[in-house]
Amino acid sequence: MDLLTPELGLFFWTLVAFIAIFLILRKFAWGPILSSLSEREKGIADSIATAQNVKAEMAQMKAENEKLMAQAREERSTMLKEAKEIKDRMINEAKEQAKNEANKIIADAQVQIQQQKNAALTEVKNEIGNLAVEVAGKILRQELAASKGQEAYMQLLSEDIKLN
Amino acid sequence: MSFKRLFPLLILAFGLLGFTNSTFAQEAENHEIAHVEGAEGGHEEKKGINITELVFGHVSDSHEWHLFSLEGEHGHETEVALPLPVIVYRPGKGLSVFSYSKFHGGWYLDEAGNHISNTSYDGLYVEKNMKEKIKSEDGSPVYDFSITKNVLSMMFSVVIILMLMTSAAKKYKKGVIEAPKGFQNALEVAIIFIRDEVAKPNLGKGFAKFMPMLLTIFFFIWVNNLLGLLPGGANLTGNVAVTFCLAMISFVVMIIRANSHFWGHLLNPPGVPTGVKFLLVPIEVISLFIKPVALTIRLFANILAGHIVILCVISMIFIFGALSKGAGIGFVPVSLAFSLFMFMLELLVAAIQAFIFTNLTAVFLGQAIEEGHEHHDEAHAPHH
Repeated sequence: MDLLTPELGLFFWTLVAFIAIFLILRKFAWGPILSSLSEREKGIADSIATAQNVKAEMAQMKAENEKLMAQAREERSTMLKEAKEIKDRMINEAKEQAKNEANKIIADAQVQIQQQKNAALTEVKNEIGNLAVEVAGKILRQELAASKGQEAYMQLLSEDIKLN
Repeated sequence: MSFKRLFPLLILAFGLLGFTNSTFAQEAENHEIAHVEGAEGGHEEKKGINITELVFGHVSDSHEWHLFSLEGEHGHETEVALPLPVIVYRPGKGLSVFSYSKFHGGWYLDEAGNHISNTSYDGLYVEKNMKEKIKSEDGSPVYDFSITKNVLSMMFSVVIILMLMTSAAKKYKKGVIEAPKGFQNALEVAIIFIRDEVAKPNLGKGFAKFMPMLLTIFFFIWVNNLLGLLPGGANLTGNVAVTFCLAMISFVVMIIRANSHFWGHLLNPPGVPTGVKFLLVPIEVISLFIKPVALTIRLFANILAGHIVILCVISMIFIFGALSKGAGIGFVPVSLAFSLFMFMLELLVAAIQAFIFTNLTAVFLGQAIEEGHEHHDEAHAPHH
């Protein structure tokens, strides 16, 4: 039972020691430590929040960049397509033009050939005509040199007139 | 696994101890008396060991810090101890301060089995049984405020705590967020543990107000528990005066901080019929006063029990040694293994008990400062 009865002296000194240590620690240890701890915790929480915000911003920027890239790519492909179209069109146009030009030249050439052919034919005809007339004239002169022939011819001519 | 294997052994050992302890205590007492009687005759008498005295001498308070015993000539033991200042107050005679070494002069046994100092000083003498008491020869009351071994150890712990905490606190600079270094890391774990696991769940929003008190209680108990485990250390937290003082501090804080809601529920529980109130209120009041008692006993008994068990396990070497030298030496490894195991357990208990005391203080405070919930009252009302 001796063990269970508290001694006055020890009780007193414990009280003194505890109150002293409590007051000193409250002022010089717990105060600064607890406030620093909560400050640090707040700081860390803030930093994490900021980091998350930055991360979100980064993600957004990345998405935007990707969008821009996609747009640019699309633009490039449309530009390429357009250029190709233009090129094709120009080539086609040039071809068409060349074709037309060639056709025209061919047509012109054909016309000219025709003309020249006609001219040549006319000339040949004229020449042949002239030759025939000349031959006929020679023949007639030959024929008309004899009187009999003259009469027969005159007869022929007069028959022609009678008939008219 | 290892626990399971050790447990039966431990039970066996304690059973054995309980048996041998009582028989040896008696035998030793006989020896002692014989020793006193045959003091002038022979010096071959000193053989038995009084385990009760040994154990309680180690766990109870003392006016000197015992270091070791030297076996001198003629079989006399010379106790090497640091005498501590005695401060006593006697109504009428006032305060007297002197060294405990004034009582140096040996002991004799009185009829009640108490050791009485041969020398007296200033009308005072020492009576030693389980405890050391300074008494006056004329029987008038003596109030002992001596710096005993426990008080000195406590002062030592106060210095240690102050040095550790203030040096750690200096590293925290206002408005600068820094990673903790060195001892700060260890300290912060404990502080954050107390804050997040003890204060916040029990005290709610107003926890910050009680943090300094809870932290002081926790570290005061923990450091003193650990100091008590050092060889030669004082059994401070295993002393009922200390735990009673700490429990009273938390009780007084609780009473001061208690709000009207708490007192209302205690003295006039709402929604309870008058007849039941006569039964309920006394029980509630008793339960209020049981709280500090529970705190006192829990810490004191746990630490004291741990010390006693370690001492007993160590003493087994000497008990068996008294039987035969071989048995004593043979028992050394077993005893050391047990005491090592107990020591590890006590290291754990030192922290656990500090935590439990702090936690219960927080729980009691939380009950006292709890704000009333409206629905709580309504839940009782409709039945009556």
